[in-house]
Amino acid sequence: MNIVVCVKQVPDTAAERKLKPSDSTLDRASVDGLINELDEYAIEEGLRIAEAQRETGTEAEVTILSMGPEKAAESIRKALSMGADQAVHLLDDGLAGSDALSTSYALAQVLKETGFDLVICGSESTDARMGVLAAMLAERLGVPQVSLASKVDIDGTAIRIRRVSDDGYHEVEASLPAVISVVEKINEPRYPSFKGIMAAKKKPFRTLSLADAGIDPASVGLAGAGTEVVDFAERPPRQAGVIVKDDGDGGVKVAEFLVAQKFI
Amino acid sequence: MAEILVLAEHQDGEVKKVTGELITLARRFGEPAVVWAGPGAEQGQQRCAEFGAARIYAAEDAVFDDYVVAPTAELLAELVRAKAPALVLIAGTGEGKEIAARLAVKTDSGLLTDAVDVTPDQDGNPVAEQSIFGGSTVVHSRVKRGTPIVAMRPHSVTPEPAPGAAELSPVSLAETADGAKVTGRVVAERGERPDLTEATIVVSGGRGTGGAEGFGIIERLADALGAAVGASRAVTDAGWYPHQFQVGQTGKTVSPQLYMAIGISGAIQHRAGMQTSKTIVAINKDPEAPIFELADFGVVGDLFKVVPQLLDEIGKRKQL
Ligand SMILES: Cc1cc2nc3c(=O)[nH]c(=O)nc-3n(C[C@H](O)[C@H](O)[C@H](O)COP(=O)(O)OP(=O)(O)OC[C@H]3O[C@@H](n4cnc5c(N)ncnc54)[C@H](O)[C@@H]3O)c2cc1C
Ligand SMILES: Nc1ncnc2c1ncn2[C@@H]1O[C@H](COP(=O)(O)O)[C@@H](O)[C@H]1O
Repeated sequence: MNIVVCVKQVPDTAAERKLKPSDSTLDRASVDGLINELDEYAIEEGLRIAEAQRETGTEAEVTILSMGPEKAAESIRKALSMGADQAVHLLDDGLAGSDALSTSYALAQVLKETGFDLVICGSESTDARMGVLAAMLAERLGVPQVSLASKVDIDGTAIRIRRVSDDGYHEVEASLPAVISVVEKINEPRYPSFKGIMAAKKKPFRTLSLADAGIDPASVGLAGAGTEVVDFAERPPRQAGVIVKDDGDGGVKVAEFLVAQKFI
Repeated sequence: MAEILVLAEHQDGEVKKVTGELITLARRFGEPAVVWAGPGAEQGQQRCAEFGAARIYAAEDAVFDDYVVAPTAELLAELVRAKAPALVLIAGTGEGKEIAARLAVKTDSGLLTDAVDVTPDQDGNPVAEQSIFGGSTVVHSRVKRGTPIVAMRPHSVTPEPAPGAAELSPVSLAETADGAKVTGRVVAERGERPDLTEATIVVSGGRGTGGAEGFGIIERLADALGAAVGASRAVTDAGWYPHQFQVGQTGKTVSPQLYMAIGISGAIQHRAGMQTSKTIVAINKDPEAPIFELADFGVVGDLFKVVPQLLDEIGKRKQL
């Protein structure tokens, strides 16, 4: 089984993130890049599915696919050290400024070349927070979309998931090949072991340019994006509030505040 | 006047509140036309009319409920081609965003998600306001290719009534679209409390409650205030409270008049789901907890002392 996990490198959520005044794109250079937290769950699920396949005697391979600047290679290495078998890094200056529409086009082009039985995405990236890529990939690749999964079962070519909904969950089924996305309730991602880190250095790692992947340069990057930023501004911080220490009357004080604000 | 397509969110013929919000926004740009995927359009007609919908394109087929997202996206794409709307508005729920995503690919159009407002620029084209990086930055964006598609964050605008005919116009899918089949639905119990994302007051508890039993105090306070209950991820991960009540980046986004964070540290992922709340009250025993940076009123103290006293006070005032 050919499993491809889409991994994005994002700026550390805990760091202060800013848009660049020059072109209104995210300033990725000035903050530490990490694997998008939700993609760690995607990697873990890919590894578990591959392990389960191998147990039943089916060959399985996990490929990490990431589009991003040079720095993204660090995150790809980390994914390999968790246990993935090989990686493809789509790297080209022409990709800078791509939006979801153009990112999905570029990744779909690569996926057509690598082939796949299962594509696994995180439910959203912590920087863009769009949560649309899995759906876009399914549409572009013409395969079922089995997304927002909190549980995945694969039996032969049948895939069944629990899809989280606003008020509970849906049971969903489809057949492979398919694109899935996972939510963070699905598993507990493993940490790379020392052995894994050492092994990662020797794993196959392909770097592709736009030309290598047969991607039309006019359809990606800032020029190929379907959207543009008009302007942006940092929101003024909230006004500092009143913080009191509980001296045995904390509950009374909260009540007084709530009464003053007409909530009681 | 150009048509504006609004995808209705509905369940058992009942129109969800966000649909009224979207129709209200649509009126700023043209004639609102509701797209109804699935059975029950006639039952929803009246509600759509109240907010000024001119018509309803009703595709009353079970396929829309039976398959994940794909048929609804196909229906919208066919209507976009046939009607050339100036804008498509979709509720920015998990599923709504996925429908919007596929529609964007099908029509090669730009997509803006998580918008909190959409206004016309000088030329009447839609400009969306988005709040990014956990609310620290406000961005205005527009679509520069194809038909603008905007997924609106629910509860961002107030639905305003306006007269409309909401004339029913039956449509059907030309192309088949299926993919992933929905074989079952499980709805979690909410009980008598208001809906988390619609509530005026949300009372949320975190790891500081110490366990499922300790979390009970959050429910009691919520009930005393007529509030919805929310939880941090630490709580839902530990299984002290069900996942659908999680507030934050990977949970629900709420923006109530009053948000009470009790025994919650205020990690950035939690803040991403609540920091646009009007008034924020925090109770935490750690004076350094980041939640206090957001709080309009905070008490540094043990929640198991502060909350019971607060409950007493509310009880006393109710008796007056
Ligand atoms: C990809 C990803 C997504 C995430 N999404 C979310 C999300 O959607 N929502 C979310 O909430 N988190 C999310 N998180 C987790 C987030 O980073 C925090 O771990 C989580 O919010 C912590 O929950 P907490 O505040 O309840 O627990 P803690 O951080 O452990 O805080 C507990 C607080 O309770 C206080 N306390 C303890 N005892 C008492 C007492 N007796 N009285 C008063 N105060 C007390 C402590 O001082 C402390 O501040 C996400 C993380 C990741 C990586
Ligand atoms: N540049 C990228 N390279 C690889 N995968 C990506 C990229 N951007 C997004 N993804 C995948 O798509 C998911 C959802 O991202 P988004 O739709 O941007 O919120 C992520 O969790 C990743 O799995």
